Amino acid sequence: MKYLDGFRNGKAAKALTARLKAAGERLEAQGKTVQFMEVCGSHTMAIARYGIRDLLPDCVKLISGPGCPVCVTDTGYIDAAIDLGKQGHILATFGDLVRVPGSDETLAQIRAEGARVEVVYSPEGAVALAQDNPEKQVVFLAIGFETTMVPGISLVKIAAEKGLDNLTVLCAFKLVPPALAALGSDPDIALDGFICPAHVSAIIGADAYKPFVGPDGVPCVVAGFEPLDVLYAAVELAEQAADGRAELVNQYNRVVKPEGNTVAQTVVDELLELCDEPWRGIGVIPQSGMQLRAAYGQYDAAKRFDLSLEPGRPHPGCQCGDVLKGKITPHQCPAFDKACTPTHPLGPCMVSSEGSCAAYYKYVRREVGVEAMEVSK
Amino acid sequence: MKTKTQTNIQLGHGGGGLLTREFLDRHVVPRFAAGPLEGLPDGATLPALENGIIFSTDSFVVHPMFFPGGNIGDLAVHGTVNDVAVSGGIPRWLSLGMILEEGIDQDVVGRVLDSVAEAAADCGVQVVTGDTKVVPRGLCDGIYLNTAGIGERMPEFDLSTSHLKAGDVILASGTLGDHGMAVMAAREGIDMAGGPVSDTGPVHRLVQTARPYANEVRFMRDPTRGGVAAVLNELVEDAPLGIILHESDLPWSSGARGIAETLGFDLLHSACEGRMLMACAPNVASLILDAWREIPEGSGATAVGVVTDDDAGRVLLETCMGGRRLVDVPQGELLPRIC
Repeated sequence: MKYLDGFRNGKAAKALTARLKAAGERLEAQGKTVQFMEVCGSHTMAIARYGIRDLLPDCVKLISGPGCPVCVTDTGYIDAAIDLGKQGHILATFGDLVRVPGSDETLAQIRAEGARVEVVYSPEGAVALAQDNPEKQVVFLAIGFETTMVPGISLVKIAAEKGLDNLTVLCAFKLVPPALAALGSDPDIALDGFICPAHVSAIIGADAYKPFVGPDGVPCVVAGFEPLDVLYAAVELAEQAADGRAELVNQYNRVVKPEGNTVAQTVVDELLELCDEPWRGIGVIPQSGMQLRAAYGQYDAAKRFDLSLEPGRPHPGCQCGDVLKGKITPHQCPAFDKACTPTHPLGPCMVSSEGSCAAYYKYVRREVGVEAMEVSK
Repeated sequence: MKTKTQTNIQLGHGGGGLLTREFLDRHVVPRFAAGPLEGLPDGATLPALENGIIFSTDSFVVHPMFFPGGNIGDLAVHGTVNDVAVSGGIPRWLSLGMILEEGIDQDVVGRVLDSVAEAAADCGVQVVTGDTKVVPRGLCDGIYLNTAGIGERMPEFDLSTSHLKAGDVILASGTLGDHGMAVMAAREGIDMAGGPVSDTGPVHRLVQTARPYANEVRFMRDPTRGGVAAVLNELVEDAPLGIILHESDLPWSSGARGIAETLGFDLLHSACEGRMLMACAPNVASLILDAWREIPEGSGATAVGVVTDDDAGRVLLETCMGGRRLVDVPQGELLPRIC
């Protein structure tokens, strides 16, 4: 607990808040308003849980990005999984995905109707299901960013070693840097910097963000998930913006190395290859996904069951796409806290524990009040 | 050597015949049959109480039935005693209903009833009536208990959420959320040094200690299911008032925090079974805190927040960073079978 308390120290927070205020005054003197994107859903949660938006000067905005793996999973992927479940195959999935709406229904709904949708807490849970149900096909729903690729594809190695021919993975792995490139070049969004994810960066390394900084780039800060980590990132970005600098800072160097986790990178490279990938709300981003290499095709559910993933039909009232791109805040979605709540979500951002809408619902809820409140001194 | 008949509960122990008699003679009479329960009448004859009564009931299905800091037996006494106490009553009498699963070891039942007897003695209440049923194996989980409690109303307390005023202070009698995390850790088999210990215990002495200031006490509640968040939201949900909590003032035990941080729980949503939250006028807050700190169950008492006339209907937390965030009511059941 002492270790954690060090990252939640009120005095340090006051000192950083004072620096943030000073940077804000310099930006205002230059007539600038800046917006930084926290890419990762866990950052979104930390910002909301610790009320960090209250500490920002008016000219500094933090907007939430696409870094919640469940949220960016395309509706068509959920539909394909639902089809497999209805065909009688066992689906093994992490819990968040179960309540995400597909075009017409959710995995939770088909489970209630008798389909076997099993929530597992690690990919090994899917191995156990395959061993316990040799007469059934078990499909692991392998979604996520660079962080979850190695655990997900470890199944393929285990299945090969154990000779399991009833275990496959339905891949929808996504890469963070191509999404940053797509968002960074979108003139409708106009980003002035990124708070780069913590765990993803532990795998890919801080150097992965070098292409985004420099004379034509924006500042990037790799930050941890504790509140002082995030506050420091906001200070660093605001100071760089006020100085007109765009540099890469690895604030989370207690975990993230410049080169990342090379062991994990080797495993990924052995089993996976780049592919074009659909992102919910953003569309297909070229070379932004990873799929199993042809040599491992027998473990690829898309190949075994001859699936073609069609674009799904998100709920017409759902604006998760614009939330994920940072074009609107959850408060600006007309469905927020009306038609869309955690108990009756229209889209994934309200379902996932890392979703922006879930964070706003849980920790802010009404716009009036919190936003207007004085920052307590 | 004991025979199976002697060691395990059979369906016949709840059948009303000879085995029931044996069960009562072995477990109930020695522990509880002084006073109104003597002779095991069908109903207890109790004296009338001058200022009226407070009456409450609660059922207990906690899993596991033994957890760090307590078991289903003392929990069943504290739960009802505390409901009576925070309603402004001096707890006096309890009923005890038992639903036992066929096959459970009678020694386990005996240990639970020992805890009932000890907790009742500590709370100054008598178990005056009861009932035992046995259900076939698999139809309940070991032991379920129900207690109902009668207390004597203390007329000085006039408790209502409608008496709340801006400037009132929210007091907590000790560390918060320990019971929920202790049960969670026990259930998940998380065995760590310095882990959470349930706070299960009585709050009636805290109420007694605050009695001299009763006319300035607005509201009392033991934050059980849903934790502090549920109680405080209920306090202001229909009021033109809000509550601000200060994160740096919130009393946590390191064991509960360890589990909460590891598993991603918000301790404000975690149950207590021996703590009190009180809203009182600011002029008596420090007097009540001083009085509470004189007794063991109030040794960790502290002020945790204030009532404001901003942000009607909302409970907000001023975080360690200096920002503010909503303290939401938990969505659904955080931990089933917590009590």
